Amino acid sequence: MHELSLANAVLTAVRSEAAQRPGLCVRTVGVRVGELAGVDPDALSFCFEALVRGTDLEPLRLAIEPCPRRHRCSRCAHTFTVVDYAVTCPACGEPRTDCIGGDELELAYLEVEEP
Amino acid sequence: MSRVPVERKVLSENDRIAAGLRADFERQGTLCLNLIGSPGAGKTSLLERTLAGYAPDGRVAVLTGDIQTDNDARRLARFGFPVRQITTGGTCHLDARMVEQALADWRLQELDLLLIENVGNLVCPASYDLGEAAKIVVLSVPEGEDKPSKYPAIFFKAALLLLNKIDLLPYVPFDLARARENAQRIHPEMEILEVSCATGAGLDAWQQWLKERRVAAASVGR
Repeated sequence: MHELSLANAVLTAVRSEAAQRPGLCVRTVGVRVGELAGVDPDALSFCFEALVRGTDLEPLRLAIEPCPRRHRCSRCAHTFTVVDYAVTCPACGEPRTDCIGGDELELAYLEVEEP
Repeated sequence: MSRVPVERKVLSENDRIAAGLRADFERQGTLCLNLIGSPGAGKTSLLERTLAGYAPDGRVAVLTGDIQTDNDARRLARFGFPVRQITTGGTCHLDARMVEQALADWRLQELDLLLIENVGNLVCPASYDLGEAAKIVVLSVPEGEDKPSKYPAIFFKAALLLLNKIDLLPYVPFDLARARENAQRIHPEMEILEVSCATGAGLDAWQQWLKERRVAAASVGR
C-alpha cells in the first residue's frame, strides 16, 4: 500500500506545475497509470481525496487514465495491446515482441481555469 | 476550463535522486542490486549465503530495509562486511532518498558490490528506482507458482528471478514449469535461476551471475 506516497507525489508535482502558471487554478490532474505499474487506481483516488480535503488545492480532482500493456513486434513492427499476457504477435505469430507501454506512472495533463 | 499537457513522472523526485545514485555507482564501478521479494521468501538467507562466499576483502556491502527491527542487519553483520539497516518505520518500500541517506558516509570507491535488500513486499518496491543496475525478484516455492501472474509489476521489472527453496519441491504442490512459464509470459527476457539457500543447490550459478556483472560494472567505472 504505497498509494498514499504516490498521491502525495502527485500533489507535489501539481503544486510545482501550478507555481509555473500563476493566476490559474488547477481543477483536475490527469495521471496515466499502466497496468504493469503495480498501482491500485481506487486506492490512489482514495488517498488523493483524503490529502486534498481541507487544503487550498480543493476542489482538485484526480482523473486516472488506465494504460494497457502495449507491445511492438520485433519482426513486422505491428503494435498491439497485450491481453492476458499473450505477447506473441497476433499479425505474424512472432513470439519475440518488445514492450512499448504499460508501466506508466506519470502526469498527463492539468485542467486549469481562471478563478 | 482549458487543458494543458504536462510530461512528468509521478515519482520524478525519487527518479532524480535515483539517477544521481546510478551515476555515482557507475562512476565508481560499484554494482548495485535491489533484491525484492515477499516476507520470508529468503532474501536475507540469500545474502547470508552470498556473503559467506566472499573473502574478507570482498569489497561488498549491504543495505537492508525493514519496517521495524535491526534483526537482518545483525544476522548479516557477522560476515564482517559493512551492513546498514534502514528502518522505514511503517513505509512498505525503500525509496531513493533513504538509500542516499544510508550511503552518505560510505566510500563507494571501496565497494565493487552493493546489495540492497528491500522491505519484504512484492508490490510497492517495484515502483521505486533506487539507482540499482538491476532488480532481482526472489520467489520461494511455498508461495506458489501463480505469483508472477498476480504481481506482474515486479516480475516485469526484474532482470533476474531467483526461485528459492527448491529443496521443498517434493513436499509442496508447486509446478516448476508453470512457474517459469508464468514469469516468462510477463517478462520473456528475464533470467531465471533455481536455488536453495537451505541446501546450497544452484548457488554456484548465482555467484557466477554476480561475478560476471561485477566484472562488467568494474570495467565501465573508474
